[in-house]
Amino acid sequence: MAVRLQRESFDLGAEVARLTAGRSDAGAVVTFSGLCRDRADSGAPLISLTLEHYPGMVEEELGRIEQEARTRWPIADLLLIHRYGRILPGEPIVLVVTLSPHRAAAFEAAQFLMDYLKTSAPFWKREETEDGPAWVASKATDDEAATRWSR
Amino acid sequence: MKLLYFAWVRERIGRAEEEAEAPAGVATVAELIGWLRSRGPQYERAFEAGPSIRAAIDKRHAKPDAPIAGAREIAFFPPMTGG
Repeated sequence: MAVRLQRESFDLGAEVARLTAGRSDAGAVVTFSGLCRDRADSGAPLISLTLEHYPGMVEEELGRIEQEARTRWPIADLLLIHRYGRILPGEPIVLVVTLSPHRAAAFEAAQFLMDYLKTSAPFWKREETEDGPAWVASKATDDEAATRWSR
Repeated sequence: MKLLYFAWVRERIGRAEEEAEAPAGVATVAELIGWLRSRGPQYERAFEAGPSIRAAIDKRHAKPDAPIAGAREIAFFPPMTGG
């Protein structure tokens, strides 16, 4: 598998089942899914989130992140799904699934994929609240999280 | 070359893309930003955040000192907030 960019939602259980079906080489599956919170960063109730992206570059960049993960860890398979467009509170935004013979690599690779994706995949979130739309500001903690993987 | 703008950079400039030919002497991403800023108040406002504006050349992240010679497509955007 690889990376998928899509407007529609996804089912975590179905995706994991499809990825693990018919194989017995992976002793570990780690999944991470990011969901849309019901509060904006300001604390105001969130009506919706809209994800803008750079078509073409997103796919290339996610592919580069995938390749980097595969060179660093013994990955049996991995799946990366990221949505774009309008997303409602409670809906999933992103899914990372890693399969590896052992758990340490699966955990680390999943964390690496998320940390890198957040700071290098060209997506931008805009929050809609009763006060109107507002672009989400990037967080220094996300940059720090990505930096610890640099070498 | 084609210039692309995303998120609030796009909103401030008022367009998503345009064709542009930078004048001679504009050789890097930083110099291109400097030239764009001189094109009008909407560009000035889009790029006033300075170094926090990110760039990509032909769909790859590019630093301010990256050369732009031969680039087909250069994109400008705020720090990314996906995930």
